[in-house]
Amino acid sequence: MKIGKKSRSDMFWGYLMIFPTILGLIVLNIYPFIETIIMSLSSTKAFGKYEFSGIENYITMFSSGEFWKATWNSVWFCVLTVPVGIFFALILAVLLNAKIKGRSIFRTIYFLPMVVAPAAVAMVWKWLFNADFGIINSVLGTDIKWITDPKIVLITCAIVSIWSSLGYDAILLLSGIQNISKSYYEAASLDGASKIKQFFTITVPMVSPTLFVVLIMRLMASLKVYDLIYMMVDQANPALTDAQSLMYLFYRESFIAGNKGLGSAIAVWTVLLIGIVTIVQFIGQKKWVNYEV
Amino acid sequence: MKKPINKVNILVYIALGIGAITMLFPFVWMVLTAFKTNTEAMQIPPVIFPSEWKLDAFKQAMESLPFPKLYWNTARMIFFRIVCAVVFSSMAGYAFAKIEFPFKKALFSLVLIQMMLPSQIFLIPQYQMLAKFELTESIFGLVFPGLVSAFGTFFLRQIYMGIPDEIAEAAQLDGCTKWQTFTKVMLPLTVPGIVAIAIFTAVFAYGDLMWPLIVNTDVNMMTLSSGLSTLNGQFVTNFPVLMAGSILAMAPMLILYILFQRHFIEGVAMTGGK
Repeated sequence: MKIGKKSRSDMFWGYLMIFPTILGLIVLNIYPFIETIIMSLSSTKAFGKYEFSGIENYITMFSSGEFWKATWNSVWFCVLTVPVGIFFALILAVLLNAKIKGRSIFRTIYFLPMVVAPAAVAMVWKWLFNADFGIINSVLGTDIKWITDPKIVLITCAIVSIWSSLGYDAILLLSGIQNISKSYYEAASLDGASKIKQFFTITVPMVSPTLFVVLIMRLMASLKVYDLIYMMVDQANPALTDAQSLMYLFYRESFIAGNKGLGSAIAVWTVLLIGIVTIVQFIGQKKWVNYEV
Repeated sequence: MKKPINKVNILVYIALGIGAITMLFPFVWMVLTAFKTNTEAMQIPPVIFPSEWKLDAFKQAMESLPFPKLYWNTARMIFFRIVCAVVFSSMAGYAFAKIEFPFKKALFSLVLIQMMLPSQIFLIPQYQMLAKFELTESIFGLVFPGLVSAFGTFFLRQIYMGIPDEIAEAAQLDGCTKWQTFTKVMLPLTVPGIVAIAIFTAVFAYGDLMWPLIVNTDVNMMTLSSGLSTLNGQFVTNFPVLMAGSILAMAPMLILYILFQRHFIEGVAMTGGK
């Protein structure tokens, strides 16, 4: 009897306390998720009405060159940013782990891009990369069209992206490195292993779980990149289609062209793409991530 | 005894120093450009310092964008998003961690599903709901997708799970009701987690661009990020104005970061992985 009363009160409080969150998730996420899938299978009619049209939007999407280019751009952006970004972040994390004075000042500086809005960051870099008056061409003595050359524009965006996320990734990796027991390094030093050897035989395997988290996070963020490219490459830029990511195309298709059915199909495709890449990584991790501590 | 200078440390300093210059240079160049005239900014070869430190670019940026309104809109959006994330996520996180009720696992899976899906998949219907009720061009519209936070719920649940059950049991033996146990005993123990969620929410909301651009198209209702992006089209070749605008948009968060940098870095390291 008494237990029954307690569990009933538990139930009351439990449901009461989760109510706002669950209601919010249903209205803001579950319903929109289903609605997006339905809309991707509908065509837009007058007065904001929709009509079921099967896989018509998907056929339009898959036969569009611009769509495949955007998919390729998103994947290429991933390839350009993720390996190089994580490599530098790992080196930075090791450097920040050294016992030196002024470590916290360096940490503060490297983390800086994380707290300023990507829109502002992109605007500053766009000026630095300006082909005619930008400081980068002036210093290098080059005449590279960083933002308008179709072959270069995504590399430029990738540089800015790596610069922006370097400190953040390094801080995450640093906390992973700091959890490694010092005794491993002491033993290795006694055995005469060099610092470089210690890095590859102790640091990398021991930090691999954190490395995996950073990798997944970076892959997801790169595949849905939008704000940086939107700010660097405006819609009048001749290299637009060579830089346009899937989410940029999604934005233009849904909110500028007003074709929300096709926009929804692009969103569904992006989610599938991210899902596939994530699953592949989770399978691949068994080969290199070390969970035994 | 004099300590021998460690050669490795010197190399570390050099590497970190070069990196730090790379990180800081864009900001320095932004400031230097903002105080130049446009002809000075476009000189070849470039001049490093402005011959005269002029505020014209700032004036022009302030004239073309209603910065006081952008600050006020951004502040309100961030404030309400933080309040919602902290209050609702604390409640739900506590319930999911410490209270037993039927269908708990199934309900929690809703939280996990939201976290796994990229936010863009929700965007069109979220916008259409607002448009239907004529709630675009409003602060509520800016706050809307952040009314609840799945990540906040997940994160605070983890923190509550780390607090031993005995603490809550002792409070209830002392005569606290369920609600009092939560607000007076358990909640105060999660303050570092709450600070981390608040910072995470603020940084994310401040940087977000696509949602504010979609939902509020009137420049007087924009945030700093979306407002700044309109400047981009307006002054394609007036670089001092663009840089002055960037400084004005960066300033509030930069000041907060410099004041509370430890909390920022620890907060982000704590919430890391999302």
